[in-house]
Amino acid sequence: MTDTPISPAMLAGAAAPVPKEETPFTRFRKAFFEDKVAVAGLILFSIIVALALLAPLITPQNPYDLRSVDLMDSRLKPGSVAGEGFTTWLGTDGVGRDLYSGILYGLRISLMVGFLSGLIAASIGMAVGLIAAYAGGRVETILMRIVDLQLSLPAVLIALILVAALGKGVDKIIFALVVVQWAYYARTVRGNALVERRKEYVEAAQSLGLSNARVVFRHIMPNCLAPVIVIVTVQTAHAIALEATLSFLGVGLPQTEPSLGVLIANGFQYMLSGSYWISFFPGLALLLTIVSINLMGDRIRDVLNPRLEK
Amino acid sequence: MLAFIIRRIGQAMLVIGVMVVIVFFGVNVIGDPVWMLISPEMDQSAVEATKIALGLDKPIWEQFVYFVGNALQGDMGRSFVHGEPAIKLILSRMPATMELALVALSMAILIGMPLGVYAGLKPETRLAKGIMAVSILGFSLPTFWVGLMLIMFFSIMLGWLPATGRGDTVRVLGIETSLLSLNGWTYIALPALNLALLKISLVIRLARAGVREAALMDYVKFARAKGLSQRRIVGVHILKNIMIPIVTVLGLEFGSLVAFSVVTETIFAWPGMGKLLLEAIQRLDRPVIVAYVMVVVVLFVAINLVVDVLYSVLDPRVRLTEAKA
Repeated sequence: MTDTPISPAMLAGAAAPVPKEETPFTRFRKAFFEDKVAVAGLILFSIIVALALLAPLITPQNPYDLRSVDLMDSRLKPGSVAGEGFTTWLGTDGVGRDLYSGILYGLRISLMVGFLSGLIAASIGMAVGLIAAYAGGRVETILMRIVDLQLSLPAVLIALILVAALGKGVDKIIFALVVVQWAYYARTVRGNALVERRKEYVEAAQSLGLSNARVVFRHIMPNCLAPVIVIVTVQTAHAIALEATLSFLGVGLPQTEPSLGVLIANGFQYMLSGSYWISFFPGLALLLTIVSINLMGDRIRDVLNPRLEK
Repeated sequence: MLAFIIRRIGQAMLVIGVMVVIVFFGVNVIGDPVWMLISPEMDQSAVEATKIALGLDKPIWEQFVYFVGNALQGDMGRSFVHGEPAIKLILSRMPATMELALVALSMAILIGMPLGVYAGLKPETRLAKGIMAVSILGFSLPTFWVGLMLIMFFSIMLGWLPATGRGDTVRVLGIETSLLSLNGWTYIALPALNLALLKISLVIRLARAGVREAALMDYVKFARAKGLSQRRIVGVHILKNIMIPIVTVLGLEFGSLVAFSVVTETIFAWPGMGKLLLEAIQRLDRPVIVAYVMVVVVLFVAINLVVDVLYSVLDPRVRLTEAKA
């Protein structure tokens, strides 16, 4: 269906010169840094990622190493000195692990699960969306019906049933999170690709005799990336929260992979007896992570949203 | 209209059918429930007898045919753990969940609308900026953690509200409800607020965006030119127009409230169907899991249908015959 007649106006639009010094990326970067809140989010997020990456170097204890954990130190209040001699600024948990160390190591798992699942889901969703839009016909109908079916059910329910069926483990939870997320990308990318597909540059590429794959992935895809970037930020924050939720409910990650959700769940049983910090601090770390991503995401959406363009 | 509804019901049936297949086979991959139910002293023949009693000795496709046959007659199988019909268990827990979701939805509208409309009318004021900051926070707060903090603050530190359970219920028209006694309200307040938090942020954002867009419209300028009071312009003209997206989204979100109540109910030990689901997952109680999913899917499909129809009533420009999926 690419036989739209070429009007003089369209040709004129196609021939308009693009100013060299201002690429979409520099424009984006400039708009992003105009917003102080978004920059604060970026700084906070960078600090969190750095802390997570450097965890083995800057924590007094390796919570995985049972030799360094002393049961005598369990449920120490924030600020007390552990048997090993270091001060536990955030207290210790029910089996004597330093919470500050536990949180940094937990962040690694939470971030890894969030980003990996987001990345895989974005790739799958984009591929499906592009194929649906480009192929059209029955392929499109079937693919989009699956997307509709999935989006009509809440993510938390699908993830819950999936991990219930699959069992615990990092790979399983990433799979569940991918299943939950891909449809958002597919729907958005298809919407965009349908618009792009009708534009003249696609027709030009096709008349040059380029293969379908090349037209889809080299020509259409780059023009569909803006909304994908917006969804990536939103969905990654969602994925991190969802993983924590599932782990908290005891169906996500096992105790051997203590993500922030697992830490919070472990603290839940001590909370009613007054040891609030075991749940409080990991939750705070989770909250700061998600807030920092959302602050950036908010700005990115405003910048990339064509409806709000001045 | 009628043709549209009939077509939608046909599609809904298809969705339910697909879900039955996926969930039934998906759930039957999970572990072996027999091992959860037998005691170590049982010998092999007793184990076999348990299997036969639960119908687990038959091949899976035979179990499926059997299940579908019974499901069509409203029988979703018996709970392995409780020994009662799964559907009965879920329906008996449903009022508690519905009550929680409804209170949460009302909170979202009653708290979110005024804040959002204000933020939309006066976006530059400090209060409006504060409201938006809080709404970002509301989106970011992990629900379960907020639940813990609510318990910590209101139940443990202040001792104002009970942390867990449902409290006194009153039976009205055969349904237990806790909304008719003060004691019931003290129990529902925290879990409902917890569940509503995300939706409050959502309503704030939708209302703000709607008001900001509507304020630039010609009909608002015209109403101003006619000399109508600000109250009337906002209360009648703007509100009427921004209600459409909000009603749509909230209608669709009601389902997600029901689904998310799994988390809230677990934290606050609220005896609803979400808590039942989690227990069923932990104990591999397959019939309850399948029945829960079926009930929720039917609920969702029904909600989607109602929202679509309502949409056309609120906005005559939407023509149902052309409606998508």
